[in-house]
Amino acid sequence: MSSATSVTDPAIEPIVFRWHEAEITAIAPVTPHVKSVRLRCGLAESYRAGQHVDVRLTAEDGYQAQRSYSVASAQDGSGTLELMIEALPDGEVSGWFSHCAEIGDRVELRGPIGGSFSWDGSDGGPLLLGGGGSGVVPLLAMLRRRAQNWREIPAALIYSARTRAEAIAVAELERLAEADPNFSLHLATTREPGGKRIDAPLVADALARIGSPGKVFLCGSNRFVAAASDLILAQGVAPGLIRTERFGA
Amino acid sequence: MVTRGFVGRRQPPETGARLPPGQYLTDDFPILQIGPNPTVDMATWRFTLREGSRPIKAWSWAEFEALPRTTWHGDIHCVTKWSKFDTTWEGVSFDDILADAGIAAPTGYLLAESHDDYTTNVPVADLVGGRALVATRYEGQPIHPDHGGPARLFVPHLYFWKSAKWVKGLRFTQTDTAGFWELRGYHMYGDPWREQRYIGD
Ligand SMILES: Cc1cc2nc3c(=O)[nH]c(=O)nc-3n(C[C@H](O)[C@H](O)[C@H](O)COP(=O)(O)OP(=O)(O)OC[C@H]3O[C@@H](n4cnc5c(N)ncnc54)[C@H](O)[C@@H]3O)c2cc1C
Repeated sequence: MSSATSVTDPAIEPIVFRWHEAEITAIAPVTPHVKSVRLRCGLAESYRAGQHVDVRLTAEDGYQAQRSYSVASAQDGSGTLELMIEALPDGEVSGWFSHCAEIGDRVELRGPIGGSFSWDGSDGGPLLLGGGGSGVVPLLAMLRRRAQNWREIPAALIYSARTRAEAIAVAELERLAEADPNFSLHLATTREPGGKRIDAPLVADALARIGSPGKVFLCGSNRFVAAASDLILAQGVAPGLIRTERFGA
Repeated sequence: MVTRGFVGRRQPPETGARLPPGQYLTDDFPILQIGPNPTVDMATWRFTLREGSRPIKAWSWAEFEALPRTTWHGDIHCVTKWSKFDTTWEGVSFDDILADAGIAAPTGYLLAESHDDYTTNVPVADLVGGRALVATRYEGQPIHPDHGGPARLFVPHLYFWKSAKWVKGLRFTQTDTAGFWELRGYHMYGDPWREQRYIGD
């Protein structure tokens, strides 16, 4: 710290981020391009759904690369957290996770980062969630948190994926939607016969299921987030309710 | 701590020397913000300089566009790890804003304030001497709303979250006062070359 600080909002506690060693305890494919990675680390019991961690990999000669990944799991007392990492062609960090990582390997994590894009039951609802591709990961954490303790809070997930096979955790989400009358899933697949992009009727349907939202979280590519915010604003939702996170171009 | 099997994709030496630690080079222009783009009405747009809550001077869009222009060319660095090389920005330097207001900076710190209620703090010393603009053009064109147009603060030697998008004014403060991200764990200063991403770095 180089300068004096005076924090104006006492409700927000100062946070110190340090690197934690983390050990991979499980790896499993989630879709053809996405792997679930479970990590045991000191951060596992101290994050809010929606937050992300920075992951740092170090080569033999000291070269390092860092990237951000949203946490997919809700805290569950296991001492581990789950990331879901999509393999990008030639991706420096995602490539290591998809082609090389094994149980027992160690990486470093720090966080949790991203307080404004996070939710817990006490923040209330109804919750309108919109995810594109791997942008669904932080929303999955919110839905898992809600399913632990807050099922009375109405929630709808608008989820845009290329195909059903590429939709992350789709079976879990469908099971939840069947079992829980307060949760509805609105899946749009863009690269399948009969598929489509999210549109005004889809968004109107999601809003009709939950009523007037108290919190809106949108995450995905720039294009997805821009399209989803425009559609939601067009339904009369106040801009101040919407929080966005973008994973890249 | 070495990660088994990680080799990494090295940058060519000339690129590596221009990249601050922990950054990688991108050709796109990623977008990060807390909510949707705010609607900014050019007819009522004002850029306001304040000391605490007291307004010092405000400019309409036409008045602001009539101020002397400065062009800046170089590299920008985002705390989310991307850097972009050889960008060109044009706008009004902080020095020219102060000169037009007929003042010297009344305090050592300020908060940039945006149309989406975003704020970020910057020491005045980092804005003077031609080091910062209120930018209105990127690569010769009006700044696209996705990148903070019509006007954004532009402080290229700090991480890009300090270059507040959709800026509507600058507020001088008595002390260095944390803004939106600084309250949420980001570094108070944000020097990419010292890798000051988060509090304690
Ligand atoms: C807040 C946040 C949360 C995120 N959460 C997740 C998440 O939950 N899951 C997830 O999968 N991702 C997430 N991301 C994205 C993630 O941080 C990485 O950006 C992503 O994994 C790519 O990193 P990489 O090192 O694998 O790819 P990079 O090496 O950074 O490459 C990215 C792309 O650019 C191309 N590229 C890179 N360099 C070059 C070059 N020199 N020449 C040509 N092409 C090049 C690559 O081919 C690749 O397709 C998140 C991002 C943010 C900001």
